[in-house]
Amino acid sequence: MRYSAWNIFKQGLTGNKGWTRAWRDATPKADYDIVIVGGGGHGLATAYYLAKEFGLTNVAVVEKGWLGSGNIGRNTTIIRSNYLLEGNQPFYELSLKLWEGLEQDFNYNAMVSQRGILNLIHSDPQRDAFVRRGNAMQLSGADAEILDRDRLKKMCPFLDFENARFPVQGAIWQPRGGTVRHDAVAWGYARGADARGVDIIQNCEVTGFVMDGGACKGVETTRGTIRAEKVAVCVAGSSGRVMDMAGMRLPIESHVLQAFVSEGLKPVIPGVITFGAGHFYVSQSDKGGLVFGGDIDGYNSYAQRGNLPVVEDVCEGGMAIMPMIGRARLLRMWGGLMDMSMDGSPFIDKTHISGLYFNGGWCYGGFKATPASGFCYAHLLATDRPHETAAQYRLDRFRRGVPIDEKGQGAQPNLH
Amino acid sequence: MIIPHPLLGPRDAAEFVYKGDATLIDRPDGLTASDDEMHDYAYLRDNPAGRHRELWYHEQGDRSWLVVTRDTRTHEILKVELARDVARAAGRAR
Ligand SMILES: Cc1cc2nc3c(=O)[nH]c(=O)nc-3n(C[C@H](O)[C@H](O)[C@H](O)COP(=O)(O)OP(=O)(O)OC[C@H]3O[C@@H](n4cnc5c(N)ncnc54)[C@H](O)[C@@H]3O)c2cc1C
Repeated sequence: MRYSAWNIFKQGLTGNKGWTRAWRDATPKADYDIVIVGGGGHGLATAYYLAKEFGLTNVAVVEKGWLGSGNIGRNTTIIRSNYLLEGNQPFYELSLKLWEGLEQDFNYNAMVSQRGILNLIHSDPQRDAFVRRGNAMQLSGADAEILDRDRLKKMCPFLDFENARFPVQGAIWQPRGGTVRHDAVAWGYARGADARGVDIIQNCEVTGFVMDGGACKGVETTRGTIRAEKVAVCVAGSSGRVMDMAGMRLPIESHVLQAFVSEGLKPVIPGVITFGAGHFYVSQSDKGGLVFGGDIDGYNSYAQRGNLPVVEDVCEGGMAIMPMIGRARLLRMWGGLMDMSMDGSPFIDKTHISGLYFNGGWCYGGFKATPASGFCYAHLLATDRPHETAAQYRLDRFRRGVPIDEKGQGAQPNLH
Repeated sequence: MIIPHPLLGPRDAAEFVYKGDATLIDRPDGLTASDDEMHDYAYLRDNPAGRHRELWYHEQGDRSWLVVTRDTRTHEILKVELARDVARAAGRAR
């Protein structure tokens, strides 16, 4: 069923009895052309683009829990394309372009809200670095502007411009950045893929791979064996666990990242704001809550919950740039599993095992990547060639000496 | 998290810097190791869900390196050793 104003009107007059479920509750078939492991944002987007762009519909997505139970339903929903390096920026700009047309494309209200993202500048060298970054962004066709103090003051009068230690000197602004309703992204992609014939199978955990003569020919699951020509793993924070079943070690550690929401407040934060001298970022949800976060906890974790030192650190960061938030009460907080890679950049690649593909290493920034990740993974699965914007996301890049290290931190995942 | 330091007793984990998997102690000899060995050492991790042996550096304390065995699913700390003792037992230090 197509969602439209006309349909809301019609259903309203007929007792809302005609709405159908957004996707079928599929039972697994014995075999498929492609099985996607993991029904998070990236897995569902991959299924959608396989069906829509490449006409491949004999596809299943197997998800161990329910759609939205992973990071796609846990993140702080920021989208942006403000990267520096050549291996990353064109990919993230493709993603932002896909976000811009997404709701019309999959006929679902994902509340894509391009309210802009501000990265604050606190020192002269930081301004130089951000000018360079802005130039790199513009080279990829993205938008970027450096704001001076006065312009920033008009937008955000509440910032602590005179902070003794980290005075605010300005910001780099990407007006096309913003936020998206995260779980609606999963539902929209699921509905769009399902409508084209893809089976979405929930409560079905992959427990092993079907190997045949050294090639991967399907998956073992809690709902039986499912055979497939190609198996596409896309499990974010569980990457290490799942690829271990294929005997692979990855350049990835799983860490926990926490997020926080305050009580509902009147509109005050215009878009997304990030602190440039510590790790703190904030936006305001449509319900009025301040949605904010900061650093990962910094140690390996599969617990989906973090500890108090980071809570303190994040709140200190918030107080340093906008002391007014000290009066807001914290309503809730939670954690999610981060697939932290050795250079802070992701992988979309074939593995050395024929028939087995891997997508992961998204760290804390994979939500914004959802459309492009799905698009590029679908491209790889359908054509066996990487999409041009994802050509550097290879598993062997460390062996070849070409990491994509935005922060220049080296092989220390908790520093990215 | 509270880490029971073998010398100093219970200490707040926030006093420590986390370095990662304790297999980093077993660095291959840079002069003789193959490219693959060095690559695997520097970049690949087991990343288990469950028992994990890992390095914690007591930067805000006595500056010792510890090997902490911890459950990554619950954050429960199961064992703490001085990294020095672990390295010695493995014949890596005098
Ligand atoms: C607190 C927090 C804040 C964040 N903020 C942002 C942000 O502001 N902007 C941004 O760009 N990114 C952000 N991220 C990162 C982003 O959410 C992730 O990088 C991204 O969602 C990962 O891709 P995914 O949606 O496919 O993952 P997931 O939704 O985690 O999907 C993986 C799925 O695989 C399933 N799975 C695992 N093992 C198996 C198995 N054996 N069999 C079957 N299924 C399995 C899981 O159940 C899960 O549903 C944030 C993350 C967190 C936790």
